[in-house]
Amino acid sequence: MVEIRSPSVRRGWSESARARASEIVGQYPEPRSAVMPLLYLAMAEEGYLTDNGMREVASLVGLTPAQVRAVASFYTMYKRDDPGRYLISCCTSISCMLLGSDEVLRAIEDESDVTAGETDPEELISVEHVECIGACGGAPAVTVNYELIEGMTAESARELVRWLRTARPEAIVGAECQELFGGRRSFDWGPFDRDSALGPYPAFGPLGTVSGPAEDQDG
Amino acid sequence: MSAPSIVTDRMTRHPSDSHTLERYLETGGYQALAKALEMAPDEVTGEVKAANLRGRGGAGFPCGLKWSFLAPSKPAYVVVNGDESEPGTFKDRQLMERDPHQMLEGTIITSYANGANHAFIYIRGEYPRSARRVQQAVEDAYAAGYLGSDILGSGFDLEVTVHLGAGAYICGEETGLLNSLEGRRGEPRLKPPYYPAAKGLYMQPTIVNNVETLANVPWIIENGGEAFAAIGPDGSRGTRLFSISGHVRRPGNYELVMGLTWRELIYEVAGGIPGDRALKCWIPGGASAPWFVPDDHLDLPVTLDDTAKAGSMLGSGAVVIMDETTCTVRATERLVRFFAHESCGQCTPCREGCSWLERILRRIEEGAGREVDVDMLLDISDNISPGLAWPPRMTTICPLGPSAVSPILAITSYFKDELMAHIHQGGCPFD
Repeated sequence: MVEIRSPSVRRGWSESARARASEIVGQYPEPRSAVMPLLYLAMAEEGYLTDNGMREVASLVGLTPAQVRAVASFYTMYKRDDPGRYLISCCTSISCMLLGSDEVLRAIEDESDVTAGETDPEELISVEHVECIGACGGAPAVTVNYELIEGMTAESARELVRWLRTARPEAIVGAECQELFGGRRSFDWGPFDRDSALGPYPAFGPLGTVSGPAEDQDG
Repeated sequence: MSAPSIVTDRMTRHPSDSHTLERYLETGGYQALAKALEMAPDEVTGEVKAANLRGRGGAGFPCGLKWSFLAPSKPAYVVVNGDESEPGTFKDRQLMERDPHQMLEGTIITSYANGANHAFIYIRGEYPRSARRVQQAVEDAYAAGYLGSDILGSGFDLEVTVHLGAGAYICGEETGLLNSLEGRRGEPRLKPPYYPAAKGLYMQPTIVNNVETLANVPWIIENGGEAFAAIGPDGSRGTRLFSISGHVRRPGNYELVMGLTWRELIYEVAGGIPGDRALKCWIPGGASAPWFVPDDHLDLPVTLDDTAKAGSMLGSGAVVIMDETTCTVRATERLVRFFAHESCGQCTPCREGCSWLERILRRIEEGAGREVDVDMLLDISDNISPGLAWPPRMTTICPLGPSAVSPILAITSYFKDELMAHIHQGGCPFD
């Protein structure tokens, strides 16, 4: 293992993140396979993918930081610039485009004063346009921190931005956002799902990025 | 149409809890697994072969045949392709969110048939709800003894790992997916020699199957391959989930027996076009598929073979409907932009060609197009996909580059007038 000297102070991961990291590595026959989930874990630890995070991942799976960076740079969801607390991703692929996604994106950019690909100075809201997110039956669709809202309009998109600005929710509950701002869905989602995203990375339990039901948090 | 419902039956009848283990068991779940575990592994493969189940991910390869190609060396792996990202497609999301145990039971049976003791479920990163529900199903299945050691006392062991992608369409290509699962860039591998059945995950024999394909497996084991093969026309057996989107009254996923016509699919199943506007064209099988137009294709049967004969494919089952208000140049630009963005960059014709096509199309749409641009579009397309043939002749490792050519073929053949109008008027006639 190559020892890396970093000019910045090396922030260590939390105990719980380290425990989770070894669980994740243990799920694969070869440690290298854990690189992708560990990169998400790194984002959950520090809010985005830092050089420090990539070094941690490298040391956990026995790669060099350059090898880890080569992997991370291939995938759009590993954010190497600090995004805002809320990442609004607006689909502008074919099915959403046919039903008005360009107007939805313009409304988001206008209301947030953030151009796609940018983050506001307060680091509250980032906006991006993305390729198909598999919500074509409920087009046009957006995600906030990867939680889906289907059946958007330019007006509901403005309301969504205003709500994020004023309510500043701790976590994004997808089902709640759909009820507040969404319309037609691709299909019946089933029961209300309280799982929520804690930051601009997908809310998936094993990565430590899901908050449970609100009542459990209180307990 | 009275379609037998195979993969959407449970979620239709029990919308409030079709994803739970309790409901799954109450509706006959995991009985196919119990039955399969009492059969010899090749008997299980035999049933799937008899079913004539063709892959639901895009290529339509016969599933049982794929299994029979698996090399004998151990360990072998099963990988579930839940990296659904072909524009227009949202069916596997519904199967994973609404009935994860069905897909999981299919995965366990497939692993048993192929002698795999570790299966991976690769779910696209933009589907966190799918990942959560599948993960919950996996945990519940472990707790109930359907996963882990000595499953149902059979001596068969299986571990399952749920793996999240991170926003790369190319990982839906099976060898790109395997690289991704190994913790690498999701660049496709050259076939031969890297056929997954011989040299797959960690260079070991690997079965890669789509979510919907595997969701059909429990029904096939329970009812027998012959019963499945009795549904639908020759070459397109069973049912199929169609994701219908765009300009229709009732977009959504529909489980259909193939063999109906496109007219029936668009006007009856999906309710026709809002405002009774005229149908202009449609994409019959995801962004990669060459387009269909009403004059030539509306009364063709919706089957894999009829669609292939007409020069396109059912692909991922995504049908995107465009009405008369659609600017086909803009639609093409949007589709080609997708492929330019998602090109992994390994092969020059795709990496360079797709982004040139995108830039030329944008120039035309924005009013700066020149007549020579039409020839350039075709020339670049010919470099990516020699002869502009269907199915494409490949100059690239995987079919992504040639897919970008499909919409170019549509606008240069069916909608050339519209393309020229953009150039001559110096702008988009639909603006």
